[in-house]
Amino acid sequence: MAIITYRDAIRDALKEEMARDEQVYLLGEDIAQFGGSYKTCVGLFEQFGKERVRNTPLSEMAVVGCALGSAMLGKRPVAEIMYVDFTACCMSQIVNEVAKTRYMYAGQVEIPMVIRTQGGAGRASAAQHAQSLEAWFTHVPGLYVVMPSTPYDVKGLLKTAIRDNNPILFIEHKLLYNSKGEVPEQEYTIPLGKADIKRPGKDVTILTWSRCVEFSLGAAKELEKEGIDVEVVDLRSLKPLDEETILSSVEKTGHVVVVHEAVKNSGFGAELVALINEKAFDSLDAPIQRVAGEEVPMPFNPRLEAMAIPDSKKVANAVKKVLSL
Amino acid sequence: MPFQKKEFPDKFAALSKEDKVGLLRTMVRIRAFESRVEELFLNRRIPGFVHLYIGEEAIASGVMANLSKNDWITSTHRGHGHAIAKGAQIHRMMAELFGKTTGYCKGKGGSMHIADFSVGMLGANGVVGGGYNIAVGAGMSSMIKKTDQVAVCFFGDGASNRGTFHEAMNIASVWKLPVIFVNENNQWASTTPTSFATSVARIADRAKGYGMEGYTVDGNNVIEVYNAAAALVEAARKGKGPALLECLTYRIKGHYVGDPEKYRTKEEVQKHFTENDPIIRYADWMKGKGLIDDAALATMKAEAEKEVADGEKFAEDSPLPEKEDAYNDLFSFSPSEFPEVVK
Repeated sequence: MAIITYRDAIRDALKEEMARDEQVYLLGEDIAQFGGSYKTCVGLFEQFGKERVRNTPLSEMAVVGCALGSAMLGKRPVAEIMYVDFTACCMSQIVNEVAKTRYMYAGQVEIPMVIRTQGGAGRASAAQHAQSLEAWFTHVPGLYVVMPSTPYDVKGLLKTAIRDNNPILFIEHKLLYNSKGEVPEQEYTIPLGKADIKRPGKDVTILTWSRCVEFSLGAAKELEKEGIDVEVVDLRSLKPLDEETILSSVEKTGHVVVVHEAVKNSGFGAELVALINEKAFDSLDAPIQRVAGEEVPMPFNPRLEAMAIPDSKKVANAVKKVLSL
Repeated sequence: MPFQKKEFPDKFAALSKEDKVGLLRTMVRIRAFESRVEELFLNRRIPGFVHLYIGEEAIASGVMANLSKNDWITSTHRGHGHAIAKGAQIHRMMAELFGKTTGYCKGKGGSMHIADFSVGMLGANGVVGGGYNIAVGAGMSSMIKKTDQVAVCFFGDGASNRGTFHEAMNIASVWKLPVIFVNENNQWASTTPTSFATSVARIADRAKGYGMEGYTVDGNNVIEVYNAAAALVEAARKGKGPALLECLTYRIKGHYVGDPEKYRTKEEVQKHFTENDPIIRYADWMKGKGLIDDAALATMKAEAEKEVADGEKFAEDSPLPEKEDAYNDLFSFSPSEFPEVVK
């Protein structure tokens, strides 16, 4: 196993899939010579040329619409939207066109496209460049939503996403790009809709994804010292959702904390709480706790920013609360 | 509506008699379909709502006569005419309007979402301005594959005020894509007159802002539409890039069937229809040239009505979807089973 960054894992996945299938191409703002704002495409322009690594104007609607049109005709576009915040600029294309096309035309076409974007706080990017907006997309039938937390996961899931015939929101986290982890040198893929138990435990289940996996594992490590055995379930994809792994963990521990960076109100955590209520209520020994973003636009000041999102301490407190400690 | 005319080469003149008659037949078939759909809707046989193309038939017919099945179009909420002219089958369209399983979208699309990918009809679109960038993507795929296929994006005057217009026009121009943006300026965006809501008198003028050629033609003169589209499609096939073609027309019917149309007078509508019906104009011209006579025209209309009636019967006789069908076609499941493997 090689130790590489999350950023390099993304680039490797793109590179391997582009080499494997000539229908795969990339489009987005500043992805060509510049290699993307977060440098996830470095070297691909040189390797695959301007036809397959296409710089676009600052036109998110055109990027997504164009990806859709070409996907209908057999291409496999990977469109990059620089910040998940800017999906708001092309929301009708995503929600009314991309998500609906296969269904409303009754399967006459497949829509094999990936919209890669990144979100999250932690770089003092302030209110318009640091949101976590995954719940916008999980709310729309017809889209898959994938949010990997490690180099291993991001590579295997991105490769699968590119091979999949459905439209996929692939949301990376800007604070994870420099994180490192083991990645096999051989080729591999990871199925969509399969959660990964990042840390097995028997006392409390933490359901989380993206960067909050890191906070949850940090909390678990601290709590271990106090004899609390936490299971950290990294959902990896919110849609499709691995209900089986979630419910069996809940049945095992009877205590659940949901952790996500997105604002708590109407966040995907609420969906998980409802799911558990519907399907595993009798397994619960205590009300589920949520740790999530505060109800404010992301503040610029790093101190305020840190206050607005979860951290290991907040997660540990929630675990103790759910255990009535 | 005065506009500066551009004289395009008269490619129409070189058409065979059969093709000239074919242009008329397409218009007559669209009219027959739309007229019957209006009745069916008013008789509550079709659910939802429908937007009729009556009075605008020359545009779809004139443009599509320059395209092959391998070319693509994106269409609008007022899309029945585009679908018919592009080669979609009337009986499957009718079945879709009835919500039947034999319809193009198995009854899940309806009037605003008819698509037939087998003939390059990439879908009507319920979102005004929703088709531009799909056409751009189609044009881009043609460019990448190095084929000479072109994409035609139909859009209305109202849609030219949507932001998607700007992004699509710019990117198509920057990338020199084989996309023809065909504006059907029927002078009404729902209940709002174009002149009230649009910053330019001629939508074709907007092409200048994108370094693109833009022309205006009489959209109720099928010969003019044909010749303009012929020139622009040929240029696009040769890699000369996109163009904007504004076709002036008039929306004879309400925005939707049942529209009370309080925003205009019946006299205004009637004047346009009697003086400027594209079918009558072209039929009269053909009669003058001895290309068709009254008997042949009557036969053509009767055949079109029969085709529509047969389509209606097919739709009536077709099964309704089962409740469970609502869950089908959302996702593709076939190749997504990728086991977690290290090879």
